[in-house]
Amino acid sequence: MHTFRTNRTALCAALLLAGFFSAGSTLAADTPATNTGGKLLLTGGVSEIGGAAGGGLTPWAVIGGYGTNDQIGANAFYTRVQLPDYHMDVAGALIGFYNRVEFSVAQQRFNTEKVGGLLGLGNGFTFRQNVYGIKVRLFGDAVLDQDSWIPQVSVGIQHKQNNQEAIVKFVGAKSATGNDYYISATKLYLAQSLLANVTVRFTKANQIGILGFGGDKHNAYQAEFEGSLAYLLSRKIAIGAEYRQKPNNLGIAREDNWYDAFIAWAPTKHVSFTLAYANLGNIVIKNHQRGVYASVQVGF
Amino acid sequence: MQTPYLKTALVACGCLLALSLHAQQMPGQTSSAMQARQMAASAPRDPALKPYFAEFGGKPGLKAIVNDFMINLMADPRTHPFFARVDRERIKRELVDQFCVILDGPCTYTGASMAEAHRGLGITRADFNALVEDLQKAMTKHDVPFHAQNRLLAKLAPMHKVIIEK
Ligand code: HEM
Repeated sequence: MHTFRTNRTALCAALLLAGFFSAGSTLAADTPATNTGGKLLLTGGVSEIGGAAGGGLTPWAVIGGYGTNDQIGANAFYTRVQLPDYHMDVAGALIGFYNRVEFSVAQQRFNTEKVGGLLGLGNGFTFRQNVYGIKVRLFGDAVLDQDSWIPQVSVGIQHKQNNQEAIVKFVGAKSATGNDYYISATKLYLAQSLLANVTVRFTKANQIGILGFGGDKHNAYQAEFEGSLAYLLSRKIAIGAEYRQKPNNLGIAREDNWYDAFIAWAPTKHVSFTLAYANLGNIVIKNHQRGVYASVQVGF
Repeated sequence: MQTPYLKTALVACGCLLALSLHAQQMPGQTSSAMQARQMAASAPRDPALKPYFAEFGGKPGLKAIVNDFMINLMADPRTHPFFARVDRERIKRELVDQFCVILDGPCTYTGASMAEAHRGLGITRADFNALVEDLQKAMTKHDVPFHAQNRLLAKLAPMHKVIIEK
């Protein structure tokens, strides 16, 4: 409990600092006076709920931060998903090196609100999961290679640690830790102002790991498809939709695929806001978990 | 039994030989033909972009855009060093022609190939993106619709392969 609070304070402080930092640069409006931030606006994506650069629900092949080949970029984010019967807060940060490698870390706090009480865990019972990610760009340039069909392709790993081992095992999961392995392909169709991403994730995670990994029904890695499509309305605004297929490993509760429709706004390179309507389907004893996803990212 | 195979093999060898000879002759082509090809790559005319020419305000519109583009490049600390000591008036004329040709306007591009023009400048990807931003700003200032801007940028972006050196 104590560490939880310190974590939280530290994160809040970091976000605030980053906020001031970015506000300072925003004052300078659009005058580009730095030797960082070499990438074009919004082409770095936003922060995925696992911390990787991507859409909201799925990682993209882009390397996060606005750094180019000889630059380092970084950002921090806070995301809130508000559902009828649950909510989840995610905070995290990433650092991208030379448009080649991305390291990310995120903490997801899934609050069961009154459902926790109904299940005998206590109202507001919270699952906490840390996600450590690494992503490597293999080849391709999603943005500049407009004369070729070849997308930008990256591979990544997300190592997840859930803090409720006893409970996830009680519901049928085989483990409280797990690794997701994914490959993503991202392509900007600039002439059409469209950005497309497909990701295939090899995973055992139940509800992205909030309910552990593997289960009584299945305990093997499965390939799941994830996709994002974004339409650029202007340099600063994109709208789009996402889909994330999920396994169904647990006998106690069905798990649904996820969808969302989003709008992302990047007033400057230092800050972006994403708002989405997300349909997360059934989660344990509650159906129709549709709600709002809101995220803010600051960085350079 | 073996003769047909032999024949096929011989024919195949002959074909390969002919192909390689043909390939070797390529460098012997007249250099003006080579130049024309390179310049075409620097200004890839695309009839499909004709409708967007008007959205850029035709040639007068392009002149006004490129004028502001160069002002932005000079004001931008990331691109200033590259343009401080060159004949900017000439580059602006070449840029207008180049954009005009890409948008299938009534122009011809007579400037250097992109590889030639940028050789040895040591342009990085960040410099390249900075220039794109300065162009976006100029197009936006002259009310070129965002989606028309992207049509042009999609033709310019692949040139990064011969422009970026680091
Ligand atoms: C797609 C992007 C670009 C296009 C379409 C483009 C186009 C052109 C054109 C048409 C010329 C005149 C060619 C001639 O001399 O006949 C030129 C020259 C030049 N460009 Fe670019 N350019 C691009 C990117 C860049 C970048 C990123 C920089 C540096 C930041 C740059 C710096 C220069 C300089 C310094 C010259 C003058 C070279 C000289 O005359 O010595 N260009 N460019």
